[in-house]
Amino acid sequence: MAKKFTHATIEKNSILLLVLTLVVVAIGGLVEIVPTFLIKSTIEDVKGVRPYSPLEVAGRNIYIREGCYSCHSQMIRSLRSEVERYGHYSLAAESKYDHPFQWGSKRTGPDLARVGGKYSDEWHLLHMEDPRAVVPESVMPGYPFLAQTPLDYSQIEGGLKALALAGVPYSDEDIENAKADLEAQATPDADTDGLLQRYPKAVARDFDGNPAMISEFDALVAYMQMLGTLVDFNAYENADFKQ
Amino acid sequence: MAVSSAPGSNLPGTMTSAAMAVMGLLIAGTVLSIIIAAKAADAPMAVHAWLFAFAFMAGIMALGQRHFNVTQGHLADDGTGYADGVVKAGAIATLFWGVAGFLVGVVIAFQLAFPFLNLDTAFTNFGRLRPLHTSAVIFAFGGNALIATSFYVVQRTCRTRLAGDIAPWFVFWGYQLFIVVAATGYLMGVTQSREYAEPEWYADIWLTIVWVTYLLVFMATLAKRKEPHIYVANWFYLAFIVTIAMLHIGNNLAIPETWTSSKSYALFPGVQDALIQWWYGHNAVGFFLTAGFLGMMYYFVPKRAERPVYSYRLSIVHFWSLIFIYIWAGPHHLHFTALPDWAQTLGMTFSIMLWMPSWGGMINGLMTLSGAWDKLRTDPVIRMLVVSVAFYGMSTFEGPVMSVKAVNSLSHYTDWTIGHVHSGALGWVGFVSFGAVYCLIPWLWKRERLYSLALVSWHFWIATIGIVLYITAMWVSGILQGLMWRAYDAQGFLEYSFAETVAAMHPFYVIRALGGVLFLAGALIMVYNCWMTIKGRVRKGEPLPASTTGTASAGAMPQPAE
Repeated sequence: MAKKFTHATIEKNSILLLVLTLVVVAIGGLVEIVPTFLIKSTIEDVKGVRPYSPLEVAGRNIYIREGCYSCHSQMIRSLRSEVERYGHYSLAAESKYDHPFQWGSKRTGPDLARVGGKYSDEWHLLHMEDPRAVVPESVMPGYPFLAQTPLDYSQIEGGLKALALAGVPYSDEDIENAKADLEAQATPDADTDGLLQRYPKAVARDFDGNPAMISEFDALVAYMQMLGTLVDFNAYENADFKQ
Repeated sequence: MAVSSAPGSNLPGTMTSAAMAVMGLLIAGTVLSIIIAAKAADAPMAVHAWLFAFAFMAGIMALGQRHFNVTQGHLADDGTGYADGVVKAGAIATLFWGVAGFLVGVVIAFQLAFPFLNLDTAFTNFGRLRPLHTSAVIFAFGGNALIATSFYVVQRTCRTRLAGDIAPWFVFWGYQLFIVVAATGYLMGVTQSREYAEPEWYADIWLTIVWVTYLLVFMATLAKRKEPHIYVANWFYLAFIVTIAMLHIGNNLAIPETWTSSKSYALFPGVQDALIQWWYGHNAVGFFLTAGFLGMMYYFVPKRAERPVYSYRLSIVHFWSLIFIYIWAGPHHLHFTALPDWAQTLGMTFSIMLWMPSWGGMINGLMTLSGAWDKLRTDPVIRMLVVSVAFYGMSTFEGPVMSVKAVNSLSHYTDWTIGHVHSGALGWVGFVSFGAVYCLIPWLWKRERLYSLALVSWHFWIATIGIVLYITAMWVSGILQGLMWRAYDAQGFLEYSFAETVAAMHPFYVIRALGGVLFLAGALIMVYNCWMTIKGRVRKGEPLPASTTGTASAGAMPQPAE
């Protein structure tokens, strides 16, 4: 005769306790996460979003390395005060090539989702050198070393390959040209035809005004100057983004 | 894995087959580390590969020493039949990392108030120090407190020795190695940028190995228990260990640049990545900082109060409902973002429901004091434990409130979140750990009592004032900044520039930093008190109240003299 199943049954069987716990804690995550991969409307269908150029990938890696996400979000919420301060609210499509995402969780400094093109390269150079020279109220650390440090892009091909493995549509040609594209984007008067064909709207210039080297500042600001600029919101109505 | 339980298996001159196997793995690990160090694609990887190599070599030497019976001094087991050496080491590590983590917290708090303190170098800026602080307090301080207490509690409540001779020590030292790799990585700029999961892919693999060993040690100890029932504290410890394993693996799936590079790219993109990160992030709170510490509460509160747990039925109901509901709450970190609305609504709904099982734990903890409330007057350790449960109740009420979308639209991205986290972290996690360590130190080192209860009182009051300063400053600054961001002037324009809202934060950042200084000062007092206790000293002029020795034999219920 089977014994009655009570909580004591679980309490007396460590394997059963373990298995039941695992089942109970697995459910919520599965129900919430799996559908976001399956429901197509999770990512809006908009034109313009493209994979990051090699220099932008390198810049993004510096953004991550310095922990910028600790104080800056890249996610404009669908609230009037945010849209008026920062621009159109962020779409899921705009971060569909972000590995990892950089939405952030805290705004000790302002949101950066659409910072691209808002300030000049010179402003960024002064700001990174000494934030309080341009914004007296700022509590941001200075990053004077960025403009003085040569960018190490020896692993950029490996980076693009890893991103391609994760699903970013980099072609073999993109990966082959990674180093050349990176150098072209940061060098004044370089031939950028191939770069712009592969990465439309990429901002190509010598960001730090120092042609002697490609600095970490060049990469970081190339990334920042394209943030939020890829989608032409004049071409869409808000109803287009309804899920 | 050494899962041998025979008490005699660590006698001098024996090299068990398990020890041989571990030795082999350590040698293989050393070789692999040196190869990676030689081929490293970047400087941080070279540093970390050497660090691993030296750590593995130290492990080999420790195994050799063990073979030739070199005693471990203070950390030796003491003939109780329980493996308490590793618990002692964990208690000391808890104190050490606690002070380190609080200190970094104070430094970065002052950096926000006085930005010149960033020194504008790569290694000292807020962006790199912030994960150093969060990881040091959550994983180094909190993690060591959890490992140490779980190893202590599971042995007592199962009336059996910890499974394995080498395995528990491997868990302890392996975990310290993970902490050091993570911390040095942050300073060198090695990070995945996933909050509370910043360490890179190789550190994550190492932690997975350590954590699975931890789970095996815990399960094997449960399996050979001499009590028919598994005590409630162990349900929570087990849920903590197994769920953290699931979350850690799920959230850290990434593709390294190359196998010798310290840089990896997250497997999933944008919105899915964000959801997975906060599924992890919120449940690091739910299972690391809540379930694990509830396990601590369920042992140390009844033990110190010398009262049984208030309600067995409540512990069953709140255990299963807590672990089921917590997992769903992650999306409340992503309100009004590009995450689909249905997911936000689910996250909010479950976060509100979470209030009840959370308070179930609080009620069970507090009501355990029934009939022993007078001890709050005489025993500052029980005061600390009880106040920790009160903070737990407070922050688990505040959390559901902040998860409501209307409230969250104001609170999100502001210091209110930081204040909320710290009422839980300083008040609940900090105080319950302090209480547990104050219990453990005299028990483990066989001292009749702590060096000084007066110093515990000082610690309690200084730290409490520190917490109150911290969280009230963050409430005011958070709500103020949230309101300023959305304020409109008479013409219908946004009233404040962002820079103006930053300037308004300054006084509160100073107050918060001072609160942190007080909390740190309390911890230093604790370290001194514990150190003197371990040395066997008793502070002059302090009477010995009957109810505070904590080692009173079972059945004895000493009451304070009225």
